[in-house]
Amino acid sequence: MDILVCISHVPDTTAKINFTADGSSLDAAGVQFVINPYDEFGLTKALHIKEAQGGTITVLNVGGPETEPTLRKALAIGADKAVRINATPTDAITVAQNIKNHISANAYDLIICGQESIDYNGQQVPAMLAAMLRYPFVNACVGLELDGNTAKTKAEIDGGHAAYSNALPMVIGGKKGLVEEKDLRIPNMRGIMSARSKPLGVEEPVAGTAPTKSASFEKPAGKAAVKMVAPDQIDELVRLLNEEAKAI
Amino acid sequence: MSVFVYVEDWDGALKKASFEAVSYAKTWADMLGRSVVALVSDSATGVDALGNYGADEIRTFSPAVSGFGVAEQVKSMSEGGSGLVISGTNFGKTIAPAVAALSGGGLSTNTISTPLQTAPLQVKRGAFSSKGIETIEIHSEFPIISFTPNSIGIEERSGAGQISSVSAQGSDLLELVEKSVTTGKIALPEADVVVSAGRGLKGPENWGMVEELADVLGAATACSKPVSDIGWRPHSEHVGQTGIQVNPNLYIAIGISGAIQHLAGVSASKTIVVVNTDAEAPFFKAADYGIVGDAFEVVPKLVDALRAFKAAQ
Repeated sequence: MDILVCISHVPDTTAKINFTADGSSLDAAGVQFVINPYDEFGLTKALHIKEAQGGTITVLNVGGPETEPTLRKALAIGADKAVRINATPTDAITVAQNIKNHISANAYDLIICGQESIDYNGQQVPAMLAAMLRYPFVNACVGLELDGNTAKTKAEIDGGHAAYSNALPMVIGGKKGLVEEKDLRIPNMRGIMSARSKPLGVEEPVAGTAPTKSASFEKPAGKAAVKMVAPDQIDELVRLLNEEAKAI
Repeated sequence: MSVFVYVEDWDGALKKASFEAVSYAKTWADMLGRSVVALVSDSATGVDALGNYGADEIRTFSPAVSGFGVAEQVKSMSEGGSGLVISGTNFGKTIAPAVAALSGGGLSTNTISTPLQTAPLQVKRGAFSSKGIETIEIHSEFPIISFTPNSIGIEERSGAGQISSVSAQGSDLLELVEKSVTTGKIALPEADVVVSAGRGLKGPENWGMVEELADVLGAATACSKPVSDIGWRPHSEHVGQTGIQVNPNLYIAIGISGAIQHLAGVSASKTIVVVNTDAEAPFFKAADYGIVGDAFEVVPKLVDALRAFKAAQ
C-alpha cells in the first residue's frame, strides 16, 4: 500500500493572525508553523494502515524551503519519505495541478489530504485533485477501512453521515474521526533522529493556470464591548435579544 | 450569457441555502445585466418558488449520486455561462472545486460577500479560520462562487421562472452504500440559532436542558472540542477551528471558556451570548451579551423566559 499524504504548512491554531502593513500577506513574524491539523489526522491514519498491512508513506507539500521543518516533523512522526514541490502556493488549482503531476509520475494507491487547511480554508485542493485524476473522492471523510483493493469510507454530510465503497486508488479529504485526537503522535527522540536521514526530495513545479489572486487581507472588525446581564435579570436578556440584537 | 446557480435540495426539499444561492446569483447577474438560470434536481418539489428569488429559468435534471458526477453535470449544463454560484454546504463544497477543475474556472470558496466588482470579479472570503478576511480576484471567463450559508441573506422578489427539463451525463466513481440523516434536527452549518455547551455542563447527562433551550429557539445544538474529544457529544456537533464553522444569527455558549480555536469557529456569528461561571472566561471578550452565572440555574430560567416571550408573540 503506497500512500501519499498531502501536508499543508500552516500557522499554529493558537497563533494570533496579523497581516503585513500593506495588507498583501500574512505577517509571519513570531508565528509558529505546524502540520495542518486536518492533515495530521490523515497522516496518523496512514500510519495505522501501514502498521496493519505494510507499505510506504510519502508526505508532500507544495511550498518554499521554509516548509521543510514541517515535512521533517511528518517524517519524525513516521512517514518514510518527503517531497517538496518548490513553489509558493498562491492558488488552489495550481497546487492541485502540481500534486497531480507528481502523482502521475509516482503510482499511489491512496491519497490522503486534510479536508481543508486552516490558513486559506479553501477546501478546494483535494476535490480538484481527484477531479483532475478522475479518482473517486470522499470529502469530510471520518472513517476509512481498506479491504484488499476496496475502500469503505464514512463521510459527514449535512445533518448526518453517508457510507461509500469504491476501488482504489482514491483521494480523501479527511478530518477528525479518521483517527481520534488521542491517536495523534508526538515525535519521539528516535523518530526525530531517524527523520534526519530520511529522503526529502525537492521537485520543480509545473506552471499552473492560477485563475485566482489574493488582492488583500484584513482583520475582521472588532466587537463592541460585551453587555453584562445579571443572572436574575433573564427577562432583560430576552428583551435585548429581541429589541436590540433582533436575534429572536 | 447567464449566471448559473446550482440549487441543492435535501431529499427533495428546498431550504434556505437553496434560496440564498439564487439570491446571490440574482445580485451578481444584475451587476452584469444577465439573467439567472437555476439548475435543480428533478426530484425537488416546489421549484417554481425559485422564481421568487430571481431565477429567470429553472432547469431540472436527474442528478448523479456522487459529487463528481453532479460536478460533471453542472459543468456541462453551465457551459458558456458568465459564472456559477454554489452554496457552501457539505455537498456544495465537494462539487464546486471539481467543477472548477473540469472547467478551468477560478473558484472562491468561503465567500462572505456579493461581488465588490465584476471586472475582474472581486469578493471577500473568510480565511485563517475567521481570524482574517481575504479579498480575492478571479481572472477567469467562468468564475465560480461558493458562499458560506447565512452570510449573504435572502432577498425575495416577485417573479416567475420558466421551468424546463434538461438531460446531463455524470459518471459515478463512488458507490453509495448507506445514507443516514437525523430527521427533525437542524443541520449546524445553516442553523439560524445555535445553542452550544462545553465542559461547564459537567457531564453528558446534563444536556437535556441544552436541548430544551435549542427546542424553544428552533436551534441546532453544538459543543466545544473537549466535549466531543471525551465523547460526551458526537464529533458532528464540534464547532471550532477544526470542527464545524458556523455563522448563525444567534450563538449561545454555555459553559465554554472560549479558547482561541473555539472562537475561530464561531466568531462570524452575528450575536453571541455567553453564560459562564468564570467572569474571567476569555469568551466574554468576544460576546455581545454575557451572564456570569451557573448554567444549571441560568439555562432553565432562560428556557422559561423564552417560552413566555414566544407565547406572548
